[in-house]
Amino acid sequence: MHRLSLLYTYFKLGVLNELAYRTNFYFQILSSLMALGSAIAGLYVIFHHTETLGTWEAKDILALLGIYQMVQGLIRLVVQPSMERLMEDVREGTLDYTLTKPEDAQFLISISQIRIWKLIDILLGLGILLLAMVRRGTEVGYDDALAFTLVLACGGAIIYSFWLMLATLSFWFIRIENIFVLFETMYQAGRWPIGIYPFWLKFILTFIVPIAFAITVPAEALTDRLTTDALGLDVMIAVAMLAVSRLFWRIGLRNYSGASA
Amino acid sequence: MLSIYWSYLTTSLAWQFQYRVAMAIYMAGRLLEPTVYLVVWTTVAEARGGSVGGYTASGFAAYYIVLMLVNQFTFTWIMHEYQYRIRSGTLSAVLLKPVHPIHSDLADNFGYKILTSVIIFPAAAFLYWLFDPVFTSSLILFGVFLGSMVLAYLLRFLIEWTLALVSFWTTRNESFNQMYFMLGLFLSGRIAPLDLLPEWLQTTAGWMPFKWAVAFPAEIVLGRLTQQEINEGFVVQLFWLGFGLVIHRIVWWRGIRKYSAVGA
Repeated sequence: MHRLSLLYTYFKLGVLNELAYRTNFYFQILSSLMALGSAIAGLYVIFHHTETLGTWEAKDILALLGIYQMVQGLIRLVVQPSMERLMEDVREGTLDYTLTKPEDAQFLISISQIRIWKLIDILLGLGILLLAMVRRGTEVGYDDALAFTLVLACGGAIIYSFWLMLATLSFWFIRIENIFVLFETMYQAGRWPIGIYPFWLKFILTFIVPIAFAITVPAEALTDRLTTDALGLDVMIAVAMLAVSRLFWRIGLRNYSGASA
Repeated sequence: MLSIYWSYLTTSLAWQFQYRVAMAIYMAGRLLEPTVYLVVWTTVAEARGGSVGGYTASGFAAYYIVLMLVNQFTFTWIMHEYQYRIRSGTLSAVLLKPVHPIHSDLADNFGYKILTSVIIFPAAAFLYWLFDPVFTSSLILFGVFLGSMVLAYLLRFLIEWTLALVSFWTTRNESFNQMYFMLGLFLSGRIAPLDLLPEWLQTTAGWMPFKWAVAFPAEIVLGRLTQQEINEGFVVQLFWLGFGLVIHRIVWWRGIRKYSAVGA
Protein backbone atom coordinates (compact mmCIF):
# COMPACT_ATOMS: atom_id res chain seq x y z
CA MET A 1 0.00 0.00 0.00
CA HIS A 2 2.79 2.32 0.95
CA ARG A 3 4.48 1.55 -2.34
CA LEU A 4 1.33 2.36 -4.27
CA SER A 5 1.13 5.74 -2.65
CA LEU A 6 4.80 6.32 -3.51
CA LEU A 7 4.09 5.37 -7.09
CA TYR A 8 1.18 7.81 -7.07
CA THR A 9 3.43 10.55 -5.74
CA TYR A 10 6.00 10.01 -8.47
CA PHE A 11 3.25 9.93 -11.06
CA LYS A 12 1.92 13.24 -9.76
CA LEU A 13 5.44 14.65 -9.98
CA GLY A 14 5.60 13.45 -13.57
CA VAL A 15 2.34 15.22 -14.32
CA LEU A 16 3.49 18.44 -12.70
CA ASN A 17 6.80 18.36 -14.55
CA GLU A 18 5.14 17.87 -17.89
CA LEU A 19 2.34 20.37 -17.42
CA ALA A 20 4.94 23.06 -17.74
CA TYR A 21 5.56 21.90 -21.32
CA ARG A 22 2.06 21.41 -22.65
CA THR A 23 2.99 21.57 -26.34
CA ASN A 24 4.88 18.32 -25.77
CA PHE A 25 1.48 16.71 -25.52
CA TYR A 26 0.61 17.67 -29.09
CA PHE A 27 4.04 16.70 -30.35
CA GLN A 28 3.68 13.32 -28.68
CA ILE A 29 0.26 12.72 -30.23
CA LEU A 30 1.55 13.74 -33.64
CA SER A 31 4.61 11.55 -33.31
CA SER A 32 2.70 8.51 -32.02
CA LEU A 33 0.11 8.82 -34.76
CA MET A 34 2.78 9.09 -37.42
CA ALA A 35 4.63 6.04 -36.11
CA LEU A 36 1.45 4.03 -35.89
CA GLY A 37 0.21 5.25 -39.26
CA SER A 38 3.41 4.24 -40.97
CA ALA A 39 3.39 0.84 -39.28
CA ILE A 40 -0.16 0.21 -40.46
CA ALA A 41 0.70 1.44 -43.95
CA GLY A 42 3.59 -1.03 -43.91
CA LEU A 43 1.18 -3.84 -43.05
CA TYR A 44 -1.08 -2.67 -45.85
CA VAL A 45 1.76 -2.87 -48.38
CA ILE A 46 2.80 -6.32 -47.27
CA PHE A 47 -0.65 -7.85 -46.97
CA HIS A 48 -1.49 -6.39 -50.36
CA HIS A 49 0.64 -9.26 -51.67
CA THR A 50 -0.18 -12.08 -49.32
CA GLU A 51 -2.85 -13.48 -47.03
CA THR A 52 -0.54 -14.75 -44.35
CA LEU A 53 2.91 -14.07 -42.99
CA GLY A 54 4.20 -17.36 -41.68
CA THR A 55 1.08 -18.58 -39.91
CA TRP A 56 -0.10 -15.09 -39.05
CA GLU A 57 -2.94 -13.27 -40.77
CA ALA A 58 -3.16 -9.50 -41.11
CA LYS A 59 -5.54 -9.26 -38.15
CA ASP A 60 -3.13 -11.20 -35.95
CA ILE A 61 -0.22 -9.00 -36.96
CA LEU A 62 -2.37 -5.97 -36.20
CA ALA A 63 -2.90 -7.33 -32.69
CA LEU A 64 0.85 -7.84 -32.42
CA LEU A 65 1.38 -4.25 -33.51
CA GLY A 66 -0.97 -3.04 -30.79
CA ILE A 67 0.98 -4.95 -28.18
CA TYR A 68 4.25 -3.66 -29.65
CA GLN A 69 3.02 -0.10 -29.25
CA MET A 70 1.72 -0.69 -25.71
CA VAL A 71 4.91 -2.27 -24.48
CA GLN A 72 6.99 0.42 -26.11
CA GLY A 73 4.80 3.01 -24.39
CA LEU A 74 5.32 1.30 -21.05
CA ILE A 75 9.10 1.17 -21.51
CA ARG A 76 9.25 4.84 -22.44
CA LEU A 77 6.76 5.84 -19.75
CA VAL A 78 8.82 4.72 -16.82
CA VAL A 79 11.47 2.06 -17.43
CA GLN A 80 13.76 3.84 -19.85
CA PRO A 81 13.67 7.31 -18.26
CA SER A 82 14.17 5.88 -14.78
CA MET A 83 17.09 3.74 -15.86
CA GLU A 84 18.69 6.63 -17.66
CA ARG A 85 18.28 8.67 -14.53
CA LEU A 86 19.92 5.89 -12.52
CA MET A 87 22.96 5.86 -14.78
CA GLU A 88 23.27 9.59 -14.50
CA ASP A 89 22.92 9.42 -10.73
CA VAL A 90 25.65 6.81 -10.51
CA ARG A 91 27.95 8.93 -12.63
CA GLU A 92 27.30 12.13 -10.72
CA GLY A 93 27.12 10.53 -7.31
CA THR A 94 23.59 11.81 -6.71
CA LEU A 95 22.42 8.25 -6.13
CA ASP A 96 23.35 8.98 -2.49
CA TYR A 97 20.07 10.85 -2.09
CA THR A 98 18.09 7.81 -3.12
CA LEU A 99 20.09 5.39 -1.00
CA THR A 100 19.52 7.39 2.15
CA LYS A 101 15.75 7.26 1.75
CA PRO A 102 13.92 4.78 4.02
CA GLU A 103 12.57 2.63 1.20
CA ASP A 104 13.93 -0.11 -1.00
CA ALA A 105 16.38 1.56 -3.37
CA GLN A 106 15.59 -0.69 -6.32
CA PHE A 107 11.94 0.27 -6.06
CA LEU A 108 12.74 3.97 -5.87
CA ILE A 109 15.12 4.04 -8.82
CA SER A 110 12.68 2.03 -10.91
CA ILE A 111 9.94 4.64 -10.75
CA SER A 112 12.00 7.80 -10.35
CA GLN A 113 11.04 9.26 -13.72
CA ILE A 114 7.62 9.08 -15.27
CA ARG A 115 7.00 10.58 -18.72
CA ILE A 116 3.25 10.86 -18.67
CA TRP A 117 2.75 11.71 -22.34
CA LYS A 118 3.91 8.22 -23.22
CA LEU A 119 0.57 7.06 -21.90
CA ILE A 120 -0.67 8.10 -25.33
CA ASP A 121 1.34 5.26 -26.87
CA ILE A 122 -0.16 2.80 -24.44
CA LEU A 123 -3.69 3.98 -25.16
CA LEU A 124 -3.18 3.97 -28.93
CA GLY A 125 -1.65 0.50 -28.72
CA LEU A 126 -4.60 -0.71 -26.69
CA GLY A 127 -6.97 0.81 -29.25
CA ILE A 128 -5.23 -1.01 -32.09
CA LEU A 129 -5.25 -4.24 -30.12
CA LEU A 130 -9.00 -3.96 -29.45
CA LEU A 131 -9.64 -3.13 -33.10
CA ALA A 132 -7.68 -6.20 -34.15
CA MET A 133 -9.58 -8.40 -31.72
CA VAL A 134 -12.92 -7.12 -33.01
CA ARG A 135 -11.81 -7.80 -36.58
CA ARG A 136 -10.70 -11.30 -35.69
CA GLY A 137 -14.28 -11.85 -34.62
CA THR A 138 -13.55 -14.83 -32.42
CA GLU A 139 -14.57 -14.53 -28.84
CA VAL A 140 -11.83 -14.11 -26.32
CA GLY A 141 -12.72 -16.23 -23.33
CA TYR A 142 -11.86 -15.43 -19.74
CA ASP A 143 -9.02 -17.93 -19.72
CA ASP A 144 -7.49 -16.42 -22.87
CA ALA A 145 -7.77 -12.92 -21.42
CA LEU A 146 -6.25 -14.14 -18.19
CA ALA A 147 -3.40 -15.91 -19.98
CA PHE A 148 -2.79 -12.76 -22.03
CA THR A 149 -2.64 -10.55 -18.97
CA LEU A 150 -0.32 -12.99 -17.28
CA VAL A 151 2.16 -13.29 -20.15
CA LEU A 152 2.04 -9.55 -20.77
CA ALA A 153 2.92 -8.96 -17.13
CA CYS A 154 5.68 -11.57 -17.41
CA GLY A 155 6.97 -9.93 -20.58
CA GLY A 156 6.98 -6.59 -18.80
CA ALA A 157 8.86 -8.12 -15.87
CA ILE A 158 11.46 -9.67 -18.20
CA ILE A 159 12.02 -6.42 -20.08
CA TYR A 160 12.23 -4.48 -16.84
CA SER A 161 14.77 -6.94 -15.40
CA PHE A 162 16.78 -6.73 -18.59
CA TRP A 163 16.89 -2.92 -18.43
CA LEU A 164 17.75 -2.99 -14.74
CA MET A 165 20.70 -5.26 -15.44
CA LEU A 166 21.90 -3.04 -18.26
CA ALA A 167 21.61 0.05 -16.11
CA THR A 168 23.32 -1.73 -13.21
CA LEU A 169 26.35 -2.15 -15.47
CA SER A 170 26.93 1.56 -14.92
CA PHE A 171 28.33 0.74 -11.47
CA TRP A 172 31.34 -0.69 -13.29
CA PHE A 173 31.34 1.14 -16.60
CA ILE A 174 30.82 4.86 -16.59
CA ARG A 175 29.46 5.62 -20.03
CA ILE A 176 27.20 3.03 -21.56
CA GLU A 177 24.08 4.93 -22.61
CA ASN A 178 24.59 3.65 -26.12
CA ILE A 179 23.52 0.24 -24.92
CA PHE A 180 20.01 1.66 -24.81
CA VAL A 181 20.25 2.68 -28.45
CA LEU A 182 21.01 -0.94 -29.20
CA PHE A 183 17.85 -1.96 -27.36
CA GLU A 184 15.71 0.51 -29.30
CA THR A 185 17.16 -0.88 -32.50
CA MET A 186 16.51 -4.48 -31.63
CA TYR A 187 13.04 -3.58 -30.41
CA GLN A 188 11.94 -2.68 -33.96
CA ALA A 189 12.35 -6.32 -34.92
CA GLY A 190 9.58 -7.12 -32.44
CA ARG A 191 6.99 -5.65 -34.77
CA TRP A 192 6.90 -9.00 -36.55
CA PRO A 193 6.30 -12.40 -35.01
CA ILE A 194 9.62 -13.84 -33.86
CA GLY A 195 8.79 -17.12 -35.59
CA ILE A 196 9.48 -15.76 -39.07
CA TYR A 197 13.11 -14.91 -38.33
CA PRO A 198 16.03 -17.22 -39.04
CA PHE A 199 17.41 -19.12 -36.10
CA TRP A 200 20.26 -16.77 -35.17
CA LEU A 201 17.97 -13.73 -35.05
CA LYS A 202 15.34 -15.65 -33.11
CA PHE A 203 18.02 -16.59 -30.65
CA ILE A 204 19.15 -12.98 -30.20
CA LEU A 205 15.61 -11.69 -29.78
CA THR A 206 14.78 -14.34 -27.22
CA PHE A 207 17.87 -14.80 -25.11
CA ILE A 208 20.10 -11.77 -25.62
CA VAL A 209 17.55 -8.97 -25.99
CA PRO A 210 14.43 -10.71 -24.68
CA ILE A 211 11.74 -8.80 -26.55
CA ALA A 212 10.06 -11.97 -27.84
CA PHE A 213 8.59 -12.49 -24.36
CA ALA A 214 7.06 -9.04 -24.25
CA ILE A 215 5.51 -8.88 -27.71
CA THR A 216 5.22 -12.16 -29.58
CA VAL A 217 4.24 -14.31 -26.61
CA PRO A 218 1.33 -12.09 -25.47
CA ALA A 219 0.15 -11.91 -29.08
CA GLU A 220 0.29 -15.71 -29.21
CA ALA A 221 -1.84 -15.87 -26.08
CA LEU A 222 -4.54 -13.77 -27.71
CA THR A 223 -4.53 -15.65 -31.01
CA ASP A 224 -4.77 -19.20 -29.64
CA ARG A 225 -1.15 -20.05 -30.31
CA LEU A 226 0.18 -20.38 -26.79
CA THR A 227 0.43 -23.81 -25.20
CA THR A 228 0.10 -24.33 -21.46
CA ASP A 229 3.69 -25.55 -21.33
CA ALA A 230 4.95 -22.39 -22.95
CA LEU A 231 2.90 -20.35 -20.50
CA GLY A 232 4.44 -22.14 -17.53
CA LEU A 233 7.93 -21.66 -18.94
CA ASP A 234 7.23 -17.99 -19.52
CA VAL A 235 6.24 -17.46 -15.89
CA MET A 236 9.33 -19.32 -14.71
CA ILE A 237 11.62 -17.23 -16.87
CA ALA A 238 10.00 -14.03 -15.62
CA VAL A 239 10.45 -15.02 -11.98
CA ALA A 240 14.03 -16.07 -12.63
CA MET A 241 14.82 -12.81 -14.42
CA LEU A 242 13.36 -10.76 -11.58
CA ALA A 243 15.45 -12.68 -9.06
CA VAL A 244 18.66 -12.53 -11.09
CA SER A 245 18.32 -8.82 -11.82
CA ARG A 246 17.67 -8.11 -8.13
CA LEU A 247 20.79 -10.05 -7.22
CA PHE A 248 22.78 -8.27 -9.89
CA TRP A 249 21.54 -4.91 -8.63
CA ARG A 250 22.59 -5.80 -5.08
CA ILE A 251 26.08 -6.77 -6.23
CA GLY A 252 26.35 -3.62 -8.30
CA LEU A 253 25.23 -1.48 -5.42
CA ARG A 254 27.95 -2.89 -3.22
CA ASN A 255 30.35 -1.64 -5.83
CA TYR A 256 29.01 1.90 -5.58
CA SER A 257 30.93 4.44 -3.61
CA GLY A 258 29.42 7.93 -3.64
CA ALA A 259 30.77 10.85 -5.61
CA SER A 260 33.64 11.94 -3.41
CA ALA A 261 34.32 8.67 -1.63
CA MET B 1 39.42 23.78 -52.14
CA LEU B 2 40.71 20.21 -52.38
CA SER B 3 43.30 20.83 -49.70
CA ILE B 4 40.60 22.26 -47.44
CA TYR B 5 38.56 19.13 -47.97
CA TRP B 6 41.57 16.99 -47.26
CA SER B 7 42.26 18.62 -43.93
CA TYR B 8 38.58 18.54 -42.99
CA LEU B 9 38.52 14.87 -43.84
CA THR B 10 41.61 13.91 -41.85
CA THR B 11 40.44 15.86 -38.79
CA SER B 12 37.02 14.33 -39.06
CA LEU B 13 38.44 10.82 -39.34
CA ALA B 14 40.59 11.27 -36.26
CA TRP B 15 37.72 12.80 -34.33
CA GLN B 16 35.15 10.20 -35.27
CA PHE B 17 37.51 7.33 -34.64
CA GLN B 18 37.28 8.06 -30.93
CA TYR B 19 33.62 7.12 -31.01
CA ARG B 20 34.02 3.78 -32.73
CA VAL B 21 31.94 1.81 -30.23
CA ALA B 22 29.02 4.22 -30.47
CA MET B 23 29.44 4.07 -34.22
CA ALA B 24 29.22 0.29 -34.27
CA ILE B 25 26.10 0.41 -32.10
CA TYR B 26 24.35 2.89 -34.35
CA MET B 27 25.34 0.78 -37.34
CA ALA B 28 23.48 -2.19 -35.87
CA GLY B 29 20.21 -0.41 -36.62
CA ARG B 30 21.10 0.15 -40.23
CA LEU B 31 21.93 -3.53 -40.56
CA LEU B 32 18.88 -4.82 -38.74
CA GLU B 33 16.25 -2.85 -40.67
CA PRO B 34 17.04 -4.31 -44.12
CA THR B 35 17.48 -7.75 -42.56
CA VAL B 36 14.02 -7.59 -41.00
CA TYR B 37 12.31 -6.55 -44.22
CA LEU B 38 14.32 -9.10 -46.16
CA VAL B 39 13.02 -11.81 -43.85
CA VAL B 40 9.45 -10.49 -44.04
CA TRP B 41 9.48 -10.44 -47.85
CA THR B 42 11.19 -13.80 -48.10
CA THR B 43 8.42 -15.22 -45.93
CA VAL B 44 5.84 -13.63 -48.22
CA ALA B 45 7.57 -15.03 -51.32
CA GLU B 46 7.53 -18.51 -49.82
CA ALA B 47 3.84 -18.23 -48.93
CA ARG B 48 3.14 -17.28 -52.53
CA GLY B 49 4.87 -20.30 -53.96
CA GLY B 50 8.33 -18.85 -54.47
CA SER B 51 8.00 -15.33 -55.82
CA VAL B 52 6.19 -12.01 -55.40
CA GLY B 53 6.01 -9.48 -58.21
CA GLY B 54 9.02 -11.02 -59.93
CA TYR B 55 11.14 -11.24 -56.78
CA THR B 56 12.18 -14.65 -55.53
CA ALA B 57 13.69 -15.16 -52.09
CA SER B 58 17.19 -14.79 -53.50
CA GLY B 59 16.01 -11.80 -55.54
CA PHE B 60 14.89 -10.09 -52.34
CA ALA B 61 18.20 -10.99 -50.75
CA ALA B 62 20.11 -9.32 -53.57
CA TYR B 63 17.82 -6.30 -53.46
CA TYR B 64 18.08 -5.72 -49.72
CA ILE B 65 21.83 -6.24 -49.56
CA VAL B 66 22.40 -3.68 -52.32
CA LEU B 67 19.81 -1.32 -50.86
CA MET B 68 21.49 -1.50 -47.48
CA LEU B 69 24.82 -0.54 -49.03
CA VAL B 70 23.33 2.34 -51.04
CA ASN B 71 21.34 3.67 -48.10
CA GLN B 72 24.36 3.44 -45.84
CA PHE B 73 26.47 5.32 -48.32
CA THR B 74 24.03 8.13 -49.03
CA PHE B 75 22.41 8.71 -45.64
CA THR B 76 23.03 11.83 -43.53
CA TRP B 77 22.32 12.68 -39.90
CA ILE B 78 22.39 16.41 -40.43
CA MET B 79 18.65 16.92 -39.86
CA HIS B 80 19.05 15.69 -36.29
CA GLU B 81 22.12 17.76 -35.69
CA TYR B 82 21.24 21.22 -36.94
CA GLN B 83 18.65 21.83 -34.28
CA TYR B 84 21.33 21.35 -31.64
CA ARG B 85 23.77 23.61 -33.44
CA ILE B 86 21.28 26.43 -33.55
CA ARG B 87 19.83 25.95 -30.11
CA SER B 88 23.23 25.77 -28.47
CA GLY B 89 24.71 28.54 -30.57
CA THR B 90 27.67 26.46 -31.75
CA LEU B 91 26.77 27.63 -35.22
CA SER B 92 28.17 31.07 -34.41
CA ALA B 93 31.74 29.81 -34.28
CA VAL B 94 31.26 27.99 -37.57
CA LEU B 95 29.99 31.15 -39.24
CA LEU B 96 33.22 32.98 -38.45
CA LYS B 97 35.19 30.66 -40.69
CA PRO B 98 35.79 31.87 -44.23
CA VAL B 99 34.51 28.60 -45.69
CA HIS B 100 30.83 27.76 -46.14
CA PRO B 101 29.89 25.26 -43.38
CA ILE B 102 28.41 22.79 -45.85
CA HIS B 103 31.92 21.74 -46.88
CA SER B 104 32.99 20.53 -43.47
CA ASP B 105 29.69 18.68 -43.11
CA LEU B 106 30.24 16.97 -46.42
CA ALA B 107 33.76 15.95 -45.41
CA ASP B 108 32.42 14.70 -42.06
CA ASN B 109 29.80 12.64 -43.78
CA PHE B 110 32.30 11.17 -46.19
CA GLY B 111 34.72 10.39 -43.38
CA TYR B 112 31.99 8.58 -41.50
CA LYS B 113 31.27 6.48 -44.55
CA ILE B 114 34.93 5.55 -44.89
CA LEU B 115 35.11 4.46 -41.27
CA THR B 116 31.84 2.55 -41.28
CA SER B 117 32.74 0.68 -44.45
CA VAL B 118 34.80 -1.50 -42.10
CA ILE B 119 31.48 -2.66 -40.67
CA ILE B 120 29.10 -2.49 -43.61
CA PHE B 121 31.07 -4.58 -46.10
CA PRO B 122 31.62 -7.54 -43.76
CA ALA B 123 27.95 -7.23 -42.79
CA ALA B 124 26.95 -7.39 -46.44
CA ALA B 125 29.18 -10.43 -46.89
CA PHE B 126 27.56 -12.04 -43.85
CA LEU B 127 24.08 -11.44 -45.28
CA TYR B 128 25.30 -12.78 -48.59
CA TRP B 129 26.40 -15.97 -46.89
CA LEU B 130 23.13 -16.27 -44.95
CA PHE B 131 20.59 -15.50 -47.63
CA ASP B 132 22.10 -16.74 -50.91
CA PRO B 133 21.27 -13.81 -53.15
CA VAL B 134 21.27 -14.12 -56.91
CA PHE B 135 22.81 -11.17 -58.75
CA THR B 136 22.33 -10.68 -62.43
CA SER B 137 24.51 -7.70 -63.13
CA SER B 138 27.35 -6.73 -65.43
CA LEU B 139 30.50 -4.69 -65.29
CA ILE B 140 28.92 -1.95 -67.38
CA LEU B 141 25.90 -1.77 -65.11
CA PHE B 142 28.26 -1.55 -62.17
CA GLY B 143 29.98 1.43 -63.77
CA VAL B 144 26.65 3.14 -64.41
CA PHE B 145 25.69 2.31 -60.83
CA LEU B 146 28.79 4.07 -59.47
CA GLY B 147 27.88 7.16 -61.48
CA SER B 148 24.35 7.21 -60.13
CA MET B 149 25.70 6.68 -56.62
CA VAL B 150 27.75 9.88 -56.82
CA LEU B 151 24.66 11.82 -57.91
CA ALA B 152 22.50 10.09 -55.29
CA TYR B 153 25.00 10.93 -52.55
CA LEU B 154 25.25 14.57 -53.53
CA LEU B 155 21.54 15.16 -54.07
CA ARG B 156 20.54 13.51 -50.81
CA PHE B 157 23.18 15.44 -48.93
CA LEU B 158 22.12 18.76 -50.42
CA ILE B 159 18.42 18.20 -49.85
CA GLU B 160 18.73 16.94 -46.29
CA TRP B 161 21.22 19.68 -45.47
CA THR B 162 18.70 22.23 -46.73
CA LEU B 163 15.81 20.64 -44.84
CA ALA B 164 17.96 20.70 -41.71
CA LEU B 165 17.97 24.48 -42.00
CA VAL B 166 14.31 24.47 -40.96
CA SER B 167 15.86 24.73 -37.50
CA PHE B 168 16.52 28.39 -38.20
CA TRP B 169 12.78 29.00 -37.96
CA THR B 170 11.75 26.45 -35.37
CA THR B 171 13.67 24.50 -32.77
CA ARG B 172 10.84 21.98 -32.49
CA ASN B 173 11.32 20.21 -35.78
CA GLU B 174 11.19 16.60 -34.50
CA SER B 175 7.79 16.06 -36.11
CA PHE B 176 8.98 17.49 -39.38
CA ASN B 177 12.02 15.20 -39.33
CA GLN B 178 9.94 12.20 -38.34
CA MET B 179 7.58 12.85 -41.23
CA TYR B 180 10.51 13.05 -43.62
CA PHE B 181 11.95 9.77 -42.36
CA MET B 182 8.62 7.98 -42.53
CA LEU B 183 8.16 9.11 -46.13
CA GLY B 184 11.69 7.94 -46.85
CA LEU B 185 10.95 4.54 -45.41
CA PHE B 186 8.24 3.98 -48.00
CA LEU B 187 9.39 6.03 -50.96
CA SER B 188 13.04 5.06 -51.06
CA GLY B 189 12.25 1.36 -51.28
CA ARG B 190 13.10 0.27 -47.75
CA ILE B 191 9.74 -1.13 -46.62
CA ALA B 192 9.40 -2.87 -49.96
CA PRO B 193 10.98 -2.70 -53.40
CA LEU B 194 9.19 0.20 -55.09
CA ASP B 195 7.50 -1.95 -57.74
CA LEU B 196 5.69 -3.83 -54.97
CA LEU B 197 4.05 -0.66 -53.67
CA PRO B 198 0.50 0.21 -54.71
CA GLU B 199 0.36 2.10 -58.00
CA TRP B 200 -0.35 5.53 -56.49
CA LEU B 201 2.60 5.24 -54.09
CA GLN B 202 4.91 4.31 -56.94
CA THR B 203 3.81 7.42 -58.81
CA THR B 204 4.37 9.52 -55.68
CA ALA B 205 7.82 7.99 -55.30
CA GLY B 206 8.72 9.12 -58.81
CA TRP B 207 7.89 12.72 -57.95
CA MET B 208 9.85 12.80 -54.69
CA PRO B 209 13.62 12.82 -54.19
CA PHE B 210 13.82 9.65 -52.01
CA LYS B 211 13.75 7.16 -54.85
CA TRP B 212 16.51 8.92 -56.73
CA ALA B 213 18.75 8.94 -53.67
CA VAL B 214 18.39 5.28 -52.74
CA ALA B 215 16.28 2.90 -54.81
CA PHE B 216 17.36 4.06 -58.27
CA PRO B 217 21.08 3.14 -58.02
CA ALA B 218 20.14 -0.18 -56.44
CA GLU B 219 17.73 -1.00 -59.25
CA ILE B 220 20.38 -0.13 -61.84
CA VAL B 221 22.98 -2.54 -60.53
CA LEU B 222 20.39 -5.27 -60.07
CA GLY B 223 19.58 -5.00 -63.76
CA ARG B 224 15.93 -4.18 -63.16
CA LEU B 225 15.80 -1.10 -65.37
CA THR B 226 15.71 -0.64 -69.14
CA GLN B 227 18.21 1.57 -70.88
CA GLN B 228 15.57 4.26 -71.27
CA GLU B 229 14.60 4.13 -67.61
CA ILE B 230 18.24 4.54 -66.66
CA ASN B 231 18.68 7.54 -68.94
CA GLU B 232 15.55 9.21 -67.64
CA GLY B 233 16.61 8.45 -64.09
CA PHE B 234 19.89 10.26 -64.57
CA VAL B 235 18.03 13.29 -65.86
CA VAL B 236 15.80 13.26 -62.79
CA GLN B 237 18.82 12.88 -60.52
CA LEU B 238 20.49 15.85 -62.20
CA PHE B 239 17.29 17.83 -61.81
CA TRP B 240 17.17 17.15 -58.05
CA LEU B 241 20.83 17.97 -57.72
CA GLY B 242 20.32 21.28 -59.49
CA PHE B 243 17.20 21.97 -57.48
CA GLY B 244 19.14 21.21 -54.30
CA LEU B 245 21.92 23.60 -55.29
CA VAL B 246 19.51 26.46 -55.89
CA ILE B 247 17.24 25.88 -52.92
CA HIS B 248 20.07 25.41 -50.43
CA ARG B 249 21.50 28.79 -51.41
CA ILE B 250 18.19 30.55 -50.98
CA VAL B 251 17.31 28.88 -47.70
CA TRP B 252 20.78 29.31 -46.25
CA TRP B 253 20.86 32.98 -47.16
CA ARG B 254 17.46 33.63 -45.59
CA GLY B 255 18.15 31.47 -42.57
CA ILE B 256 21.40 33.14 -41.77
CA ARG B 257 19.68 36.53 -41.72
CA LYS B 258 17.07 35.11 -39.39
CA TYR B 259 19.69 33.63 -37.08
CA SER B 260 20.79 35.39 -33.99
CA ALA B 261 22.78 33.44 -31.50
CA VAL B 262 21.19 32.58 -28.18
CA GLY B 263 22.13 35.30 -25.74
CA ALA B 264 22.53 37.94 -28.40
